Amino acid sequence: MALYSEKVMDHFTHPRNVGEIENADGVGEVGNARCGDIMKIYLKIDNGVISDVKFNTFGCGSAIASSSMATEMIKGKPVSEALELSNKAVAEALDGLPAYKMHCSVLAEEAIKAAVKDYYDRNGIAYDHNLFPDCENCEGCQK
Amino acid sequence: MLIYADNAATTKMSRTAIDAMMPYMETYFGNPSSLHSVGQQAAEALQKARESVAADLGADPREITFTSGGSEADNQALVSAAMLGAKKGKKHLISTAFEHHAILHTLKKLALQGFEVTLLPVHENGIVTPEEVAAAIRPDTCLVSVMFANNEVGSIEPIAQIGQVCREKGVLFHTDAVQAAGHLHIDVKEQNIDMLSLSAHKFHGPKGVGVLYARRGIVLSNIIEGGAQERGKRAGTENIPGIVGMAAALHDACTHMTENAAHMTALRDKLIAGLLQIPHSAVNGDLEHRLPGNVNFCFEGIEGESLLLLLDQKGICASSGSACTSGSLEPSHVLLAIGRPAEVAHGSLRLSLCEWNTEAEIDYMLREIPGVVAYLRSMSPVWKDLVAGKKQFML
Repeated sequence: MALYSEKVMDHFTHPRNVGEIENADGVGEVGNARCGDIMKIYLKIDNGVISDVKFNTFGCGSAIASSSMATEMIKGKPVSEALELSNKAVAEALDGLPAYKMHCSVLAEEAIKAAVKDYYDRNGIAYDHNLFPDCENCEGCQK
Repeated sequence: MLIYADNAATTKMSRTAIDAMMPYMETYFGNPSSLHSVGQQAAEALQKARESVAADLGADPREITFTSGGSEADNQALVSAAMLGAKKGKKHLISTAFEHHAILHTLKKLALQGFEVTLLPVHENGIVTPEEVAAAIRPDTCLVSVMFANNEVGSIEPIAQIGQVCREKGVLFHTDAVQAAGHLHIDVKEQNIDMLSLSAHKFHGPKGVGVLYARRGIVLSNIIEGGAQERGKRAGTENIPGIVGMAAALHDACTHMTENAAHMTALRDKLIAGLLQIPHSAVNGDLEHRLPGNVNFCFEGIEGESLLLLLDQKGICASSGSACTSGSLEPSHVLLAIGRPAEVAHGSLRLSLCEWNTEAEIDYMLREIPGVVAYLRSMSPVWKDLVAGKKQFML
């Protein structure tokens, strides 16, 4: 049995949306290099729709694959929909992740939320703070 | 091309070992405890294997106990020494911070049973000094256990001198020689070793078999209770094919040790020199006192598991001390013990060679690895922060 599903390996070896967006409308970075993974998501937002998204990730195969899949899933979607993306949906879209790698999908969800929060903050858009849990307190990273 | 550069994890079996084993599966399949001729053929093979292994370690056949591998041997050595010590009221054990988990977890278990454990530092080069061992020994110390060579960073410990110190102080000395056996000269008498563990699959022998050497007079405690096999110290029908294969592989490795080491050392040094060309990289472990096949690097700004998976796609089998390869959030305790910060330890790569690796394979790895490192750095936010000066380079 392989370590990862074919989908994970596909997104890991051919990651979609790698890169940065200059003058991005929202940027989110989560994770900790001490724990071995950091994800950074850049959003371009036009009329409340994510017109472009890029990522940079320092991490294992499943972290890179989760970033790639998550960016695919929110591209072209309204910001409100992107906020609803759950880590489970990312993991399912990848045909599953090993149990001890689920935190990689959590990071992807958190990175997107952090980028949206940054967009809201920059534009003075009001939001419910409960929608954005503190990365420091997520289960994925207990350091 | 498939390059197997993970020989510290396990090795491919040699033809010598396989050929030695086959008759003990097909023809001489008996149980050595059986009195009939089929059983006695197996008993004879067991005795010959014991004599062969003993000779290759400079030991007496009576001092050799066959086990299921290095982990069992480590467990039994530590527990035996602890039980012997406890009888005399000595309940202090000394080891090092970067031992294999078979040692560290057994020590942890003993600590829960009331023993006190001191783990010595191993410094940046991964080497513990005999002076530090001497200074740590107390009147109630019952055992010093220091690995012969480290499995991750390849550093070789001054075993004979540490053994000397222990002998002078009257303390038992055990060494986990799993990475050393068959690769480095071992003579338990001349190196003052009281107990030693080894595992067959690290020198082209079969998996699931190992040895615990215990100097005559050291009474072992059983880990596995049952029949009277192994002088009553390790129950269970002996793994005759495995034991015979191990003896053949060990003898083969010891016979060709000098030429194998010369070949591997040359390849190792070429690989190290080539990989050092990668900016912000560093070798882990001592460059001089180092296993002939061990190459271990940290590459700043990337994570080891993704590096391994991409190398695997290129046909290179390696290993890493990153947290993601261990299934925990903590990177390798060995890399932390030699002072690598966690951020850097996550980006480690171990390439462990054997005598069958070729110069063409080294050249291929030197062509491929820098590109993979650069590719992962190109998508790493950590690397970008380092390059932009937002974070300080550590390497």
